[in-house]
Amino acid sequence: MEIMKPAIAGTLESSDCQVTVEPGDGEIDFTLKSSVMNQYGNQIRRVVMETLENLEVSNVKISIVDKGALDCTIKARVEGAIFRSVGQMEHLPWGGAIKP
Amino acid sequence: MNPNKKRLRRTMMFLNAQKPGLIKDPYIYAPDSLMLDLEDAVAENQKDAARFSLYHALKNIDYKGCERVVRINGLETPFWQEDIRCAVAGGCDAIRLPKTESAGDVKKVEDAVTAAEKEFSLPEGRVLIMAAIESARGVMRAMEICEASERLFGIALSGGDYTKDLHTHITGTGIELMGARQNMVIAARATGVQCFDTVYTDLDNMEGFRQDVETIHLMGFDGKSIVNPRQINIVHEIFTPSEKEIIFSEKVVREIDKKRAEGIGVFTVDGKMIDIAFYDGAKRTIDLAKASGVYKGDL
Repeated sequence: MEIMKPAIAGTLESSDCQVTVEPGDGEIDFTLKSSVMNQYGNQIRRVVMETLENLEVSNVKISIVDKGALDCTIKARVEGAIFRSVGQMEHLPWGGAIKP
Repeated sequence: MNPNKKRLRRTMMFLNAQKPGLIKDPYIYAPDSLMLDLEDAVAENQKDAARFSLYHALKNIDYKGCERVVRINGLETPFWQEDIRCAVAGGCDAIRLPKTESAGDVKKVEDAVTAAEKEFSLPEGRVLIMAAIESARGVMRAMEICEASERLFGIALSGGDYTKDLHTHITGTGIELMGARQNMVIAARATGVQCFDTVYTDLDNMEGFRQDVETIHLMGFDGKSIVNPRQINIVHEIFTPSEKEIIFSEKVVREIDKKRAEGIGVFTVDGKMIDIAFYDGAKRTIDLAKASGVYKGDL
């Protein structure tokens, strides 16, 4: 998928995370702010990269402000931001590119 | 028939599907059912994000036996079909349709659920449906709604919208809900489906809540929609048979079985006149005690 325009998904509430995506400069540019950076920074990065790979996104600036989100919430917010950026709200690939 | 159609549903707790903090561990409060909401609790511009949150929660969180019902957006919105695809793909147990006014509404949802089960290679008939009735028209058509689909396990009154349609409001006395409650529970019993009462939103008035639950329990409802974990224990306490009721029901069942073999139709148990008409009610009490996990007998 090609990121079409900047988009945001998620909140700054506890157990959530806010994900911002925008068109990249030919690569994945990842930034993370997390209250649990030392314990879970690598894990969050792994979940984000895996989700981007599933969606075939390789050209994106993605920044995440994490407030203690579970892996499944991180996935949901990354996907939410990316599908918003391409304007797709229906006929989503549940179980396909959107992997559990 | 789907074996979950008749499961125990004393409490159905509403949760905003868009809020990770709410949907990550509600099973710790042990409601019978969770109502993961894509409708009123979710702002119009967050409907898309709520679906991703719902899908991954359904796929990844172990809700430890709590039934997972998803309230979709109404048929008058552009959201409901994708809501169903998402919820069915995620593996929900049931879909709750809001603002149901006819059998046709239920059939539209049934068709979409069937199509989604096929699309996501799930066994046909796995996902159940419940219909929320929120208008005078819906109440008057409760019977046809109950009979609209083999998947439909129950109907639920939604008091806020219903009282607006009736040109009244929630008073806390229950007077404004009396006709709808009576009509719906009769329609549900006549058609063999379950019936659930509306939410009670005054969280500062737990005594009023208790009285409300006692009223609907006596009316024959199967359970109540709830909005706060503090309400769960009160509902379960009122809907779970007491030890005295269980012991009496056991005696009734045993005595009717015994007397029937002896050709006796009417007799007394603990000083009360009993005949065959008491049999089903006593069996139901024991079944409810078993489902509630409080039965220790051998019937």
